[in-house]
Amino acid sequence: MSTTRVFDPSVYRKEWQWKEGDYTVTRTTQWSGPGCHDGCGVLIFTDKDGKFVKMEGDPNNPYNKGRLCMRCLGIKEAIEHKDRQIYPLKRVGGRGSNKWERITWDEALNTIEKKVKHYTETYGSHSIGCYGGTGRNAFWQLPSIARSVFETPHATSFISGNACYLPRITIMNLVAGDAMVADCAQMYEESFNHPEWKAPEVMIQWGVNTVISNSDGFYGHWIIDLMKQGTKFITVDPSMTWIAAKSDYFLQIRPGTDGALALAMLNVIINEDLYDHDFVENWTYGFEQLAERVQEYTPEFAAKVCEISKDIIIESARAFAKAKPASIHWGVALDMIKHGVAAAHAIMCLWAITGNLDVPGGNILMSAARWQAECAAFFAERSPQPKVGKPGAKRYPLIEEIGGRPSWDWEMLLMGDEKYNPLEDPYKIRMLYTTNSNSFAGNCAEAPRAFEALNNLEFVVCADYWITPTVSALADIFLPLSMSCERDSMRSWWAPLRTISKVVTPPGECKSDEEILLLLGKHFHPERFPWNDPREIMDAIMEARPDHLYKTTFNELEKKVYAYEGFEYKKYEKGLARADGEAGFNTATGLCELYISVFDAVGLDPLPYYREPTEGPVSTPELMEEYPFILTTGRRTWEFFHTEHRQLPLMREFRPDPMVEMNPEDAADLGLEDGDWIWIQNVHGKCKQKLYINEGMKKGVVSAEHGWWFPERDGSKEGGYYGAFESNINNLTTACDIGPTGNAAPYKTQICKVYKVTPENEKYELTSEEVKRSFEARRYLVDKPEKDPYA
Amino acid sequence: MSRYGLLIDYEYCTGCHSCETACKVEKNLPTGKWGIQVKQVGPWEIENNRWQFDYIPIPTDICDLCAERRAQGKLPICVHHCQSMAIEFGPIEELAKKSASKPKTVLYSR
Repeated sequence: MSTTRVFDPSVYRKEWQWKEGDYTVTRTTQWSGPGCHDGCGVLIFTDKDGKFVKMEGDPNNPYNKGRLCMRCLGIKEAIEHKDRQIYPLKRVGGRGSNKWERITWDEALNTIEKKVKHYTETYGSHSIGCYGGTGRNAFWQLPSIARSVFETPHATSFISGNACYLPRITIMNLVAGDAMVADCAQMYEESFNHPEWKAPEVMIQWGVNTVISNSDGFYGHWIIDLMKQGTKFITVDPSMTWIAAKSDYFLQIRPGTDGALALAMLNVIINEDLYDHDFVENWTYGFEQLAERVQEYTPEFAAKVCEISKDIIIESARAFAKAKPASIHWGVALDMIKHGVAAAHAIMCLWAITGNLDVPGGNILMSAARWQAECAAFFAERSPQPKVGKPGAKRYPLIEEIGGRPSWDWEMLLMGDEKYNPLEDPYKIRMLYTTNSNSFAGNCAEAPRAFEALNNLEFVVCADYWITPTVSALADIFLPLSMSCERDSMRSWWAPLRTISKVVTPPGECKSDEEILLLLGKHFHPERFPWNDPREIMDAIMEARPDHLYKTTFNELEKKVYAYEGFEYKKYEKGLARADGEAGFNTATGLCELYISVFDAVGLDPLPYYREPTEGPVSTPELMEEYPFILTTGRRTWEFFHTEHRQLPLMREFRPDPMVEMNPEDAADLGLEDGDWIWIQNVHGKCKQKLYINEGMKKGVVSAEHGWWFPERDGSKEGGYYGAFESNINNLTTACDIGPTGNAAPYKTQICKVYKVTPENEKYELTSEEVKRSFEARRYLVDKPEKDPYA
Repeated sequence: MSRYGLLIDYEYCTGCHSCETACKVEKNLPTGKWGIQVKQVGPWEIENNRWQFDYIPIPTDICDLCAERRAQGKLPICVHHCQSMAIEFGPIEELAKKSASKPKTVLYSR
């Protein structure tokens, strides 16, 4: 089957720009916003006035080979939307009045300056927090505003326990000294034609619906390309996804039990001597301890915990271990269980001991986002050291040991719990600068309490495209952002390094995050910001890295559209994985650490283990009678990126309502029918979504969508902030229940009951009772001493 | 003169909506109208853990195989953007030959 198509080279050229009739066609990268975790090659058609006409996939870009998803194909609706805000605004009236007045950029900057001076002089600059969203290419721009403009250490996101890729990044760095990704030939311009590359014989899809989620710089339909080249699949998911239906083995586990499954697979592979002796003996640390640890995790044990058969665990472990090469592609599901770092650790041991680490078609070792890291480092190095340290460090010793991000969890700064009070100095945050984030309508766990914490802030600046629930409820000043085709930028995620070209004139006075960094920088510290535009910033960053492979300028690179930096397999054999040029891995022992020596040093369990989720049939049997279902949240959809795209008619035509999925037997037991609006409720709170009966859903599991708000409704406080709480599944999740490394949080392991929405009960009101109830429930569940019921 | 059509290899269609969206934008179709529409079959269990779960795109009477694009040397917009590369455009006779040797294909002639 074909993994390429034939395009006419006289129509689809390799140069950067050409004319097609009255239009200019530019090859560039779409890297949000609107948000996305890919970075596909696109052709942008513009007219003689620099206005956007249409976007198509660039057939000459090896990343996506001309393909595009529906969100890019429908992007014109976002760019030209009537609700898009294109001027700086200040709120007139109280918070939640949703009444705004246009102001100039000068007024916005002067207001921000006045406030920053006040908070810095009165409380210290650490009373200012910078919080960003995901997928809109502000990964380095926001921390740079924090460090170089406001001089605060607090730059993070609103997600509990950094529960989006960072838990896996942390453990990958500890085990193997860098990040790793399933090899789909994405490191090579030749793609699948590279002579060294091989298609994996078997690929495990673990906690990810890859074709929909396109997560972590991984173009989802690469797995279809692999399938056409003979790859067989094993899928681990509570739901029968499309790829699960096409898999040789489908392991339909109870949400949150991934660690038990991975450990049992290791048990089979080690006890049946299916591991790679050469790799284990020469390149790993702690195999004997791992072999001893997995003895307690038998297939029988995991079968009971995961609610699947013993045989399928054994058979899939054998199939994975015997395939050469084999790879694992995994998802955010592992970050969204409290002990997910331990589960990810176990999964990494699977690809390591089977000899699939950094081999063609295996899981290859590679910096995830080198360019963005270099940009952030560039500004950090040119800024004063933060005076206040890391608030999470006392509670999570790993943070002190390996550095980590300065402010670990946003809830530690804004919400806290009885062990940590963030509402007192020296850590109290008073001013918030947030870009590209819809906070309580999006990723904030325990949304009502998060909302209350955010409401305690004294001064809030939001940069976005829209008046979102976050802007309506909190912002004092609104800054309008440019979309991807309206900004100059660069980005890498794995490979290649890609340029983003400003080919469309931004409407009104919209600016990119880079331009805002520059504007604020020049306003506050002109000596630190000698550049005139984002292109000059990027040139300065490239120039500051004389060893950097990209000895080029933005203007040069833009004409090439992308640059592959070269890639080698088995870097640990060639002295390419460590800074000192020695063979081995960039870890404390120089080996691939199955047993993590740093964990040992800080008193954390150095080996992978399994713990039950905080809530569930084993941990809280007393609650199961009232809340009999396992609730998993955050199922991805084709149409939306987190809270985005809800105002676009085309996307809403495909998916008008928030959908919650249940198995038909469960629905029948409760007398519920497909299309019914239902309340989903637990001890923390409730929300309503529309029922989709899915025969492929695991019995006993309820799977709900996140990020829903209704831009078509009233955005004021009285109107419920565009309905941001009504269908908000994070009314039912828990904040401040984070794994022992300071990473991973339980977004996917709640319990719940469901019942029909009726005219009598249909109203949702956010009251202080909701907040109180949520806090009490958290106290009951999270602060119980954690014991291992299997010990 | 040979007739043209679309060969759809629905073994690989993931239901991603790219063909539908691309077509709606290309043809400027309002809400409720489609030049190609994807239908879902399943998931339901056939027997013993064997599952039926497919998506099949169906071109509608609005589809003109992107005559205007083809005149410019371009592929039909759905063929260009299909994320699984599961839609092929060509003369019916050629596509029919391919279909004969590939299970789970459907051939649409215009």
